[in-house]
Amino acid sequence: MLERSGYTKLRVKMILTTLGFSLIPLLILGYTIYRQFEISHTNKILQNLNHITENKRRTLDLFLNERLSQLTAIAYTHRLQYFLEPETFERVFTLLQARSKYYIDLGIIDHNGDHVVYTGPYQTIRTANYKDEEWFQQVQAKGIYISDVFMGRRNYPHFIIAVMRREGDKSWILRATIDSDIFDSLVQSDQLGANGDAFLLNAENILQSKPRFGPRLLGKMDLGAFSRFPGVRSEMIEVGGKQYLFGLAWLENKNWLLAIRDDPTEELMPLKRTRHLVWVILAGGLLLIAGGTVLTSTTIIAQLVRSEREKATLNASLTQSSKMASLGKMAAGVAHEVNNPLAIIKEKAGWMRDLLSEEDLKASPNFKEYEDAITKIEYHVTRAKDVTHRLLGFARRMDPIHEDIDINQVLNQTITFLENEARYRAIEIHTAFQKDLPFVASDSAQLQQVFLNIIDNAIDAIGKDGGITIRTQAVHDPDEVIISITDTGPGISAEKLDKIFDPFFTTKKVGEGTGLGLTISFSIIQKLGGKINVESQEGQGATFIISLPLRKA
Amino acid sequence: MDIKILLVDDESDFVETMAKRFGIRKMPIDTARSGQEALELLAAQDYDVVILDVRMPGMDGLETLREIREKNPLTEVIMLTGHASLEAGMQGMNLGAYDYILKPADFDELLDKVRTAFERKELNAKSRKQGG
Ligand SMILES: Nc1ncnc2c1ncn2[C@@H]1O[C@H](COP(=O)(O)OP(=O)(O)OP(=O)(O)O)[C@@H](O)[C@H]1O
Ligand SMILES: [Mg+2]
Repeated sequence: MLERSGYTKLRVKMILTTLGFSLIPLLILGYTIYRQFEISHTNKILQNLNHITENKRRTLDLFLNERLSQLTAIAYTHRLQYFLEPETFERVFTLLQARSKYYIDLGIIDHNGDHVVYTGPYQTIRTANYKDEEWFQQVQAKGIYISDVFMGRRNYPHFIIAVMRREGDKSWILRATIDSDIFDSLVQSDQLGANGDAFLLNAENILQSKPRFGPRLLGKMDLGAFSRFPGVRSEMIEVGGKQYLFGLAWLENKNWLLAIRDDPTEELMPLKRTRHLVWVILAGGLLLIAGGTVLTSTTIIAQLVRSEREKATLNASLTQSSKMASLGKMAAGVAHEVNNPLAIIKEKAGWMRDLLSEEDLKASPNFKEYEDAITKIEYHVTRAKDVTHRLLGFARRMDPIHEDIDINQVLNQTITFLENEARYRAIEIHTAFQKDLPFVASDSAQLQQVFLNIIDNAIDAIGKDGGITIRTQAVHDPDEVIISITDTGPGISAEKLDKIFDPFFTTKKVGEGTGLGLTISFSIIQKLGGKINVESQEGQGATFIISLPLRKA
Repeated sequence: MDIKILLVDDESDFVETMAKRFGIRKMPIDTARSGQEALELLAAQDYDVVILDVRMPGMDGLETLREIREKNPLTEVIMLTGHASLEAGMQGMNLGAYDYILKPADFDELLDKVRTAFERKELNAKSRKQGG
């Protein structure tokens, strides 16, 4: 039989194996599903981001393009002379402002860098000379120019667009100042979500529009160096110690980088929800599987323990019966070998007794001694014979017959044999029989021997004054009749309990007990397919319990 | 009426002592040490009762019994067994033995059985004569 710790180990092994085999696929499944979802979700987000970035870039380019073509159109439809009339130029500016209220002012600069005409709120700059300024050189060189956003003389964030027109050998420049707020409204939009952001950066990472978070306009937002690239790109960029997803695109008309920052919470929301769901499902699955595993393993172990125990009991009774069988064989052999010499001794003694009755021997002075010796020899031969004959009874191979018998009746009969003895010793025999006890297919003569042995033992154990109670009862599952014989004797100590069924175990005086009574009873009951058990505690009497199957299997 | 008795056993000490004990009671008996010898004696003369040991080397008691029942159906046989094979005794009864006794036997009991066996033999013989 396995030890307790062995069962625990086995159980742990079983639980771990089952958990392993069922949890690993579950975890893989959960992970895969989550991963797939994450990938497709990220793709969707990227697509969305790219889409927004592309749209905004187009809007911005369109805006700049429109301004450029407006100014170009104005510059090329009239000669410089025409604009020198201040009212005319004022009208042109009003016209422009009607199309886009972000125009701050408008001016014309001649080839010397002097402001020849100006209309707008900053009259002080009328007299400025731009000859040495960077942008002036650039317009001269390229024909058009769009500046970065700057504060400039106007001390207001703005940028300029300038267009050069050649008239004969001279050239002049039409220059418009535009409020850079326009970019804020063009770049920002609801599409970006609560935590998204969008802004423009020039080549030096200086902000060209107001971001919603972080530095102010014209502050530095370091996203790293990006050389110009076509189309839209998305990148994970660390800003202020946090990773953000950015959509990036260079404008076509200006060396500005449009940066759209994804709303991280909105991006992660469904992912978080999915991860949460996956965890909940995994935890639920885990609980179910673990519960199931523990339950199954408990049942299996319990069953194992039960069958082990049954096996142990079976083994014990098999050992007992094979012990009995071999003992029986040996007993038979011994009995035979002993019986023949005993027979000779007995007859020799008998012959001596026969001779003693002759006249002349009667006169011998030792006659009495001879007679005594012969009596003793005969007595002890009889004693030895009792043992061998009981052994023969024990070894008897005779198959028990199976007739329908009424156990109550067999018991009553047995009691009548012992009544005198019991009465003589002041022992009362009580019976508590179940009426209408079912018949048992068994051997009444052999059963009687068993009952005799047990009741005999009880009488011997009590000695004088006491009681014996005999009960019968039918039980179901399995269908059996139970006979219990209880006495008020001294009981049997635990160590003796183990031995009382052993052959030759007796506590009785030499010549009074062979120690075979219970051994024989045991083997008879076993042959009849029943069981015999004792319950006893020292000082509390003893109960012998016999169970007999209604039919032998 | 004298009873003619034949005792068959392979134990010489047993046979000799029994012969003496029967002798002193004025009941002389014949003895044989094997089944074979017994059958020879039976062929030579009639016996009323045969006391037959079950376990003997060579031809055993049951075999001998079978032969006797065949050739001398009127002769009564008492089986004597020192053996675990109580069944052998029972089997002997089935084969027509009159009775069986376990060794070591009580001499008086044996005597009783011999007498009753003889009575039965006489009865059988009488009924056979009347019937025949
Ligand atoms: N009812 C009982 N109360 C106390 N002890 C008992 C009882 N029944 C049996 N025993 C003990 O078990 C021993 C063995 O009993 P068992 O019947 O096998 O042999 P025995 O009674 O000693 O000899 P035998 O039966 O041959 O006369 C007894 O000697 C006695 O010590
Ligand atoms: Mg006993």
